[in-house]
Amino acid sequence: MSAVIRKELKQYFSTMYGYVFVGMLLLITGIITTITNLINGYSGFEYSLYTVSYIFLLIVPILTMSSLSEEKKSRTDQLLYSLPLSTKDIILGKFFAMAGVLALPTLIMCVYPLILSVFGNVNFLTAYCAIFGFYIMGCALLAFGIFVSGMTGSPVIAAVISFFSLLLMFLLGDLSTMIPQDAFTSLCCFALLCALIALLLYYVTKNETVSVALFVVLLAVDVLIYAFKSELLENTFPKMLSALCVYDRYESFAAGIFDLTAIVYYLSFICVFLFLAAQSFEKRRWN
Amino acid sequence: MIEVKNLTKKYAANTAVSDISFTIEEGKVYGLLGPNGAGKSTTMNIITGALAASDGVVTVDGLDILDDAKEAKKHIGYLPEIPPLYPDMTPYEYLSFIAKAKGIKNGEIQDEIARVMEETQITDVSDRIIKNLSKGYKQRVGIAQAMLGNPSYIILDEPTVGLDPLQIIEIRKLIRSLATDRTVILSSHILAEVQEVCDEIIIISHGKIAACGTEDELREKMTGPNVLTVTTKAECDPGAQVFDGISGITEISEADEKDGEKTYTVYYEKNSDIRENVYNAFVKNNAVLLALTSKVPTLEDLFLELTKDEEEIPSETASPVMEEIVNAITDREEISEEEMSAEENLNEETDGEEDK
Repeated sequence: MSAVIRKELKQYFSTMYGYVFVGMLLLITGIITTITNLINGYSGFEYSLYTVSYIFLLIVPILTMSSLSEEKKSRTDQLLYSLPLSTKDIILGKFFAMAGVLALPTLIMCVYPLILSVFGNVNFLTAYCAIFGFYIMGCALLAFGIFVSGMTGSPVIAAVISFFSLLLMFLLGDLSTMIPQDAFTSLCCFALLCALIALLLYYVTKNETVSVALFVVLLAVDVLIYAFKSELLENTFPKMLSALCVYDRYESFAAGIFDLTAIVYYLSFICVFLFLAAQSFEKRRWN
Repeated sequence: MIEVKNLTKKYAANTAVSDISFTIEEGKVYGLLGPNGAGKSTTMNIITGALAASDGVVTVDGLDILDDAKEAKKHIGYLPEIPPLYPDMTPYEYLSFIAKAKGIKNGEIQDEIARVMEETQITDVSDRIIKNLSKGYKQRVGIAQAMLGNPSYIILDEPTVGLDPLQIIEIRKLIRSLATDRTVILSSHILAEVQEVCDEIIIISHGKIAACGTEDELREKMTGPNVLTVTTKAECDPGAQVFDGISGITEISEADEKDGEKTYTVYYEKNSDIRENVYNAFVKNNAVLLALTSKVPTLEDLFLELTKDEEEIPSETASPVMEEIVNAITDREEISEEEMSAEENLNEETDGEEDK
């Protein structure tokens, strides 16, 4: 795995990707910290970091777009498959390299509360908890980016899909409040979701029977729950959407709370998407 | 020893490789020969673990390529058809990544890289960015990568494709030098290359093994009869009966007369030589013998014979496409006919107007 990490890090910093990622993140953090803390006089660094976290929308795709798609495009994936490396080594190696790139600006950010303390009282505990939360959230989004990159053979398409998916995740929190809370709406939304899952399955497996069967089964479960226990569906869909909203979890850190559930949420998020990325990478060996 | 047993690879619609079995002994150069699309790359990808087979087993020195992947892959160095290079790295950086990935100890990496760079003669370009290297050098970097860790088996997929003649000669020389203490398996669609470089030839056609063995063994297996062309003076032509009584002749075909000479093509059984008998027969009949040429079937003939269906299959599979093309052409002809007639009408009209 260390071979992959070193190679990835070398690639990030021998091309412009690494520099753009680190540079943009530090630039935006600098500007926002100056405005929020120095000009407007807020003492908490966590407020600034909350605003900075939206920049992940733009910079996560920059770092992740070529991670797996470029290997596929330039056929270097054949090399990775034939080397004595396991899929786990490859995916984790790529993820840790990215986490390493993100760690660089994050470590530099750790100096900011110290600088701010010169001008007034800074609560270091909340500030550093917020930086930790910021880092973990960044890692979760990177894991998602690797997964998207593995789905396509074009870095540009990977970047576009990552950007819009992250934007959607960002909007999910607001979207969920706009959806009516009654059971029928949830039924319809779940039916739509079932169709999307079945379509995705068809895209991945190209197997009509399995996809249609899955759609029918999911839809049947959905309808049965509605028919016999409709109270279960009340407000379920909006709740599910807000659960998927990665950004909402960060709010507690911004409010100065070290939210352990959010940490567990982000770690699970990382595990799920790295697992999916590994599966899609391994699947190509079989096709 | 690499053992390939009942290997089958099916894609959604077609079967790329069907029930292939062969054994790779140590210390020889093996050539997988076959036309494009015969299943050579698929077979190599499966042997190296880059692709999983639908059915069948590959073992490398007794280790299963899927179950004991990590250990088995250490015995193999692989250069796929398109050299898998990272264009933004230098050959040195690239090779150090591969060396680490192959589990070479940190202390030995430097020496190992120096060794393979020396052997593949890329030491001069070790600090240049790979994307700026020529195709020949890129291929060498690819081969160097396969040689790292001194694997027992080096598998090269079409290593000379896209190179200029001089580079081809150099790469072939390099492959020959590799084979002194290792087993090399290479694929090619060029018979001459395989004949020149390989000890054992495996001919693959339509995803199946059509023939395998050394060059001499393959010659033995050839089915076609030998051919003798006999040229005589047309004015004192003894006729085909001159060949009567010569044993071993299977067929005689008469050629047309040309420039006062007449040529017979005589087919005779393998492993026999009728030239002397033919000469004696001509002398006996007082006929003039101008030329006597014997043609023993070459490996090229065998290769073409074994893979000749190849042309029929694509045309069958491509038939809808062909149909479309034919339709398009006929449509076009119809259109042009229509255009023609429209033009004619127009001409007639203008003619009419002129008449008026």
